[in-house]
Amino acid sequence: MTNEQIKQQLIDKFGDLVYHFEEPYGMLTFETATDNNLKVLTFLHDDAQMGFHFLNDLTAVHYPDNKDKELAVVYMLQNITLGLRIRFKVFVPIDKPDVFTATSVFATANWLEREAYDFFGINFVGHPNLIRIMNVEEMDYFPLRKEYKLEEQTRTDKDDDMFGR
Amino acid sequence: MSQKQNIQLPEGGLGKQTTTLNLGPTHPATHGVFQNILEMDGERIVDAVPTIGFIHRAFEKIAERRPYYQITPLTDRLNYCSSPINNMGWHMTVEKLIGAKLPKRVEYLRIIIMELARIADHLVCNSVIGVDTGAFTGFIYVFEFREKIYEIFEEVCGSRLTTNIGRIGGFERNFSDLSFQRINQFLKDFPKAMKEFETLFNRNRIFMERTMGVGGIEASRALNYGFTGPNLRATGIDYDIRTAHPYSSYEDFDFSIPVGTTGDVYDRFLVRNEEIWQSVRLIQQAMDKIKGLDPSIFHADLPDFYLPEKEDVYTKMEALIYHFKIVMGETDLPVGEVYNSIEGGNGELGFYLISDGGRTPYRLHFRRPCFIYYQAYPEIVKGSMLSDAVVTMSSLNLIAGEIDA
Repeated sequence: MTNEQIKQQLIDKFGDLVYHFEEPYGMLTFETATDNNLKVLTFLHDDAQMGFHFLNDLTAVHYPDNKDKELAVVYMLQNITLGLRIRFKVFVPIDKPDVFTATSVFATANWLEREAYDFFGINFVGHPNLIRIMNVEEMDYFPLRKEYKLEEQTRTDKDDDMFGR
Repeated sequence: MSQKQNIQLPEGGLGKQTTTLNLGPTHPATHGVFQNILEMDGERIVDAVPTIGFIHRAFEKIAERRPYYQITPLTDRLNYCSSPINNMGWHMTVEKLIGAKLPKRVEYLRIIIMELARIADHLVCNSVIGVDTGAFTGFIYVFEFREKIYEIFEEVCGSRLTTNIGRIGGFERNFSDLSFQRINQFLKDFPKAMKEFETLFNRNRIFMERTMGVGGIEASRALNYGFTGPNLRATGIDYDIRTAHPYSSYEDFDFSIPVGTTGDVYDRFLVRNEEIWQSVRLIQQAMDKIKGLDPSIFHADLPDFYLPEKEDVYTKMEALIYHFKIVMGETDLPVGEVYNSIEGGNGELGFYLISDGGRTPYRLHFRRPCFIYYQAYPEIVKGSMLSDAVVTMSSLNLIAGEIDA
């Protein structure tokens, strides 16, 4: 099975709901509609031809300039038998970051989703235990979002224009 | 005397049949800072709730403000039992992003260092399984050789535990004659000690009774939980990044991937032991392979990323320019996202890197194998004895630094 065949099968199955196919560094990458993530995951996991039984990674990214699509949830799956990896993303608005949980398909997703919630505030709908995992419970913000600068804000001696980010 | 009770029992407390027990955060058996709240019925575990995050250091956030070459020391502190593997993984991720091609000698030298680190990692894990089952002797036998491995690292890069070894594009300096001597000496002496260690444990009746059938997990469950590394292979799935997605010229080598059947503590122990032998084989082959190669090559020709010799910086204009550009972050980096994974001591250590062309990553996510498979711990230990939970924990090789990042 090649990337091209997987892409074709996904398009056959989901039509317009899967788009933006790319292949950065050889890994098939695509996007899907926000409420379609669980269907895509289930299809990739359960379909006999696909056989993506292994969730490599699940994480989130914050793009503050992406209006109404500020947060991305990235899934990375692998077909272990064929050594094939694919990645797909869903985008959610920051005011309503609701995504269906993947815990029903992959047990791996449990803590990874808690991590994504902890750092980005993504609300995984249906997660059995969506609480912070690394940070303290009392924390009231999501530290990996881009508005929280790493260094103290009162410092003026470091000029980002001159020295890059 | 007042009749008021001074002991406040919780609602329905007297009816509660189980005991809550805190295993950790600081407990000799956890070998790291993480907590398990166990619900015990006598000596059997009914439920376990792991709590982590005690040494969370926000590496992913810190990495967003550091130039690429300054992220290597962060990776040291993930799995600190095998820092060199993490370092190499990070270098390879950046090299994949910039599309660098490395000379064979560099890749073979990397394999030597990575496999030494793997041996050190597995030695810690396996000898500590021995300690947790009450056999201290094996630990003493093999820890001498962990020290020898650290001496090799010290000779190559100057530090022992948090190594920061290598640079993007190669090594910071060439291997000295002494480091090759030490590697050869290690290859000569270590197999004897390893044999002794195996003789002590592998067919030891007490050890077998203590570990067989303990902490087992089925292959399909392990895969669903995202197990990787020796813990997955102990269940019978031969998934190893070194063969599934070869990197650093592992495809040039002849080695095998040991697998277990039941995925219990004993199988994990045997798989790790066999992997140590395979690592010895790999180092021997790599030592033979580098003999025929130009001994002066220790880095790729990547002037945009690899710092020039300090002497050249003072005497040559071009070297000065490159030095300045690298340090000040003026080098253009490709925009893109890349996922690179390597076979770490505990399994698939992945780096998911998004670059927007700036001098620092836009986003960097570490796929830490420990973090991912530790969530299976409650399922594994449910119904077992407390002492089995302890030995299960050490056989999973949980490293707090890798869990928390």
